[in-house]
Amino acid sequence: MTTLYAFLPELVLASGALGLFALSLGTGKDRAGWWVALGTALVAWVAAWMTFDVRETIFDGAYRIDGFSQTLKLILIGVLAVLVLMAGELRDVREDIRGEYRFLLVMSALGFVLVTSCMDVLALVVSLELGSFPLYLAVATRREREGQRSQMESAIKYVMFGVAANAIMLFGLGYLYGLTGTTSLPLMAERLRPLAETPMALAGIGMALVGLFYKLAVLPFHFWTPDVYEGASHESTGVIASMPKVGAVVVMIRWLSLAAPEGRSLPLLLGILAAGSMLYGNLIAMAQRDFKRLLGFSGIAHAGYTMLGLVALDQAGASASVFYVTSYALMVLACFTVISRVSEDGRNVPIAGLAGLHRRSPLLAATLLVGVFGLAGVPPFAGFMGKLALFTAAFERGYGWLVVVAVLNAAIAVYYYLSVVREAFFGDAADLSPIRLDAATRCLCVGLIVAIVTLGVLPGRLLDVLSAVMSAAGMTAFVPAAAS
Amino acid sequence: MPTGHPAEGFGLLSVLIAAPLAAAVVAAFLRSDTALRGWTLFATTLIGVVSLGLWTGYEPGRVGFQLVERMPWVRSLGIEYRLGVDGISVLLILLTTGLAPLCVLASWKYIGVRVKEFMLCLLVMETAMVGVFCALDFVLFFVFWEAMLIPMSLMIGVWGGPRRVYAALKFFVYTMAGSALMLAAIVALRLKVGTFGIPEMMGHNLSNEFQCWVFAAFLLSFAIKVPMVPFHTWLPAAHVEAPTAGSVLLAGVLLKMGTYGFLRFSLPITPYASQVFAPWLMGLSVAAILYGGMAALAQTDMKKLVAYSSVGHMGFATLGIFSLTKEGIEGATLVMINHGVTTGGLFLVVGMLYERLHSRELDRAAGLGRVMPWMATFLGVFCLSSMAFPGTNSFIGEFLVMAGGFKISPLLMVVAVPGVVAAAAYNLRMLQRVAYGGVSNPTHQGVPDLSAREILTLLPLLVLVIWIGLQPGPVVNLMQTSVEHLLGQVRSVPAMTLAP
Repeated sequence: MTTLYAFLPELVLASGALGLFALSLGTGKDRAGWWVALGTALVAWVAAWMTFDVRETIFDGAYRIDGFSQTLKLILIGVLAVLVLMAGELRDVREDIRGEYRFLLVMSALGFVLVTSCMDVLALVVSLELGSFPLYLAVATRREREGQRSQMESAIKYVMFGVAANAIMLFGLGYLYGLTGTTSLPLMAERLRPLAETPMALAGIGMALVGLFYKLAVLPFHFWTPDVYEGASHESTGVIASMPKVGAVVVMIRWLSLAAPEGRSLPLLLGILAAGSMLYGNLIAMAQRDFKRLLGFSGIAHAGYTMLGLVALDQAGASASVFYVTSYALMVLACFTVISRVSEDGRNVPIAGLAGLHRRSPLLAATLLVGVFGLAGVPPFAGFMGKLALFTAAFERGYGWLVVVAVLNAAIAVYYYLSVVREAFFGDAADLSPIRLDAATRCLCVGLIVAIVTLGVLPGRLLDVLSAVMSAAGMTAFVPAAAS
Repeated sequence: MPTGHPAEGFGLLSVLIAAPLAAAVVAAFLRSDTALRGWTLFATTLIGVVSLGLWTGYEPGRVGFQLVERMPWVRSLGIEYRLGVDGISVLLILLTTGLAPLCVLASWKYIGVRVKEFMLCLLVMETAMVGVFCALDFVLFFVFWEAMLIPMSLMIGVWGGPRRVYAALKFFVYTMAGSALMLAAIVALRLKVGTFGIPEMMGHNLSNEFQCWVFAAFLLSFAIKVPMVPFHTWLPAAHVEAPTAGSVLLAGVLLKMGTYGFLRFSLPITPYASQVFAPWLMGLSVAAILYGGMAALAQTDMKKLVAYSSVGHMGFATLGIFSLTKEGIEGATLVMINHGVTTGGLFLVVGMLYERLHSRELDRAAGLGRVMPWMATFLGVFCLSSMAFPGTNSFIGEFLVMAGGFKISPLLMVVAVPGVVAAAAYNLRMLQRVAYGGVSNPTHQGVPDLSAREILTLLPLLVLVIWIGLQPGPVVNLMQTSVEHLLGQVRSVPAMTLAP
């Protein structure tokens, strides 16, 4: 019985997904689908809250419910709620598949929620795929349209790159299995410890990271990003930009816990990729005209910042990374909310299309301001505190050069973020027709602003919780405790 | 290391920081423009009156930070909510809270659209500005320092002149780029010192090489804000395009943050590097005095003229600071206050002329003194003050700075003289043209003189010009102990040869 109770959030999500699937069999149940999805997210959030203090290992040690996993579940389900609210009208998805779209969304969330608790490599990979596959499909659900990158092209790019990256990840995991003869993460870590600096182990961990580099859009695995961002509907892009990245950071923390805490080669690799991502993403973003493409490239840069914490290979760094990727998800979703409401019929929004937004809808303009300045790292928004936490963690472990690269990049990035704000606040447009927002959107905007400012002004709570749960989960100095 | 009284709860400083924000929250619910203006004026005036409590509550004779408030903020990162003031910051806070109501008055008619947003920007700015001057935790300081950027650039970009967007973005990018490396330096300092607390960082024996790096990172950020000469190009654009209230705050308070940064951080935290860099920075300061003077002389746009004169005045401030003498630093602090008063006054007068003529050209304003005697009176006093005429406030400040500079390098002071002469020339030229110039210009018929509201706006500044000019004692007393203590911190490291 307790087993089921500990598994409650996942069960809620799974049954919600089932309900949505049943609804999608009929037609004209669009509104009902939305309510079911929203209800699922809210109930699952409450369930995760209720099981917050549960500590249990179930399914023969493959699945561990602890503070870390429950915190991440709260974050992921919170992001799901935002995504459901954002995907209100789904103007850009054909009417007859909107039900399926919501089903895919909840399934994907279920996948990433499962990821947070998996302590077995195979279960973890399967959960990760469960999170990813619905998104491949979601990209393809966009309406066909003249003069726009085809959604099919984007979907195929996303799948192909994704599958290739996964193959490399599995290959790497194969090495690790070969070295240790187990698929249980705690056991693997224990047996790998004497071997952690051997080339074989390094290659294994490095390749295992590739699948996550892809999800996070880190430099050499970023090629899909701008095209998929441009080709997918606003809502799908919002999903791709938020949930998988949180999931990817969790799995990276799991993989890196296999590495030697004092090792230098893996951090160096991560550091170089981080620096490269930041520079590449920021420089290319400056030249963009389309807001979604801009966010795509800026996403590459933010993947670089997020890795700063992982480079440190310690608990402070890992907390900072999780904090940062959470804030990033909220800030980027604020931007996508604005895009999806500004866009008339689901078309992509060029930056110039934001002109005069502060007259058309002050609330959307404020949301955009908070989101964009948050991404730019201006206090008092969440992005600043996240960066500060990352910089402190990386500096503490002697990666001063990386911090300098990062602050210079933050300065470069201001330029293109400003160009967005400039259009929205200072730009003049011929069309100043007010944008009407429904109640759900208004709640969403206010909620996002409040969340981003709260995380920026009072980051302590979340950071403390993250550190506490990581120590409790035995992730201090990245040595996971053996399964109890 | 004296850090003032130990931990206390919220106090006067927190009230001064929170009150504008609270006023902004109320303002967000007001509907009519008149109510908004009235409320903001009431709130800022009240805050100004409350801030006078600093004048009485601060004990000038005691060394170290006073009115200290200290609470943990973000435990896991070691960030504290920690406030405190010394003599220098008390003066700057009073300047800020004093200028804020004048800005509201100056925007009474000038800001006709989106009044609510403007007043919100103004109030948020006040919070951030007061916060910068009393933060004793480096992250808290940085948060206030950066939080100011958004309202200020909105103020320029939404309510500014024709090239407002360009000016707003330039201002933002410059400042943000400048402070990027400061953030890295803050994090590096934290790792060396073990805390973000500013008092702990002072006098912490940092290695010479590390000091130089930190100093350089701070320098970029502060030099852009002041602005010192090669980094000044954002200033004319921002000043000229900003609405009057924006220009007043920019000149009156924002520029002071750069010099305040030198005094609060560079000198005490990196004393060795300060001495190494001082001769070069004195050279740059003299360059600013010369350049500002010459450039102002060449302007036909009154607002540009005042803007370039700011470059020159701030040159005096940095010159005084990096002379690293008691006279120099006291003079520099006086210059900071005086420049806020005088240049604030000049921007207000120019703004009032612009409201009447819709032009800032000196030629268009020629001869206005005939129809606007009140305006001519105010302009006259502010111009005299701007050229540091004896008996006005600026005289004492610049005199002290020169006295400090002479101790270090008489030659450099001689080089600066043309800048001082230019200051007299451009101010007298503006005064002569506007007050007495031109034959009776027919287009000026019917231009009304200053209204009671406008006189009320300028009068406090006029009183300060004359009061500080004749009676600088109270102001100097307030900061004397702090300056001596500061110099003690700088000299605690082996002296270097200071002559360039």
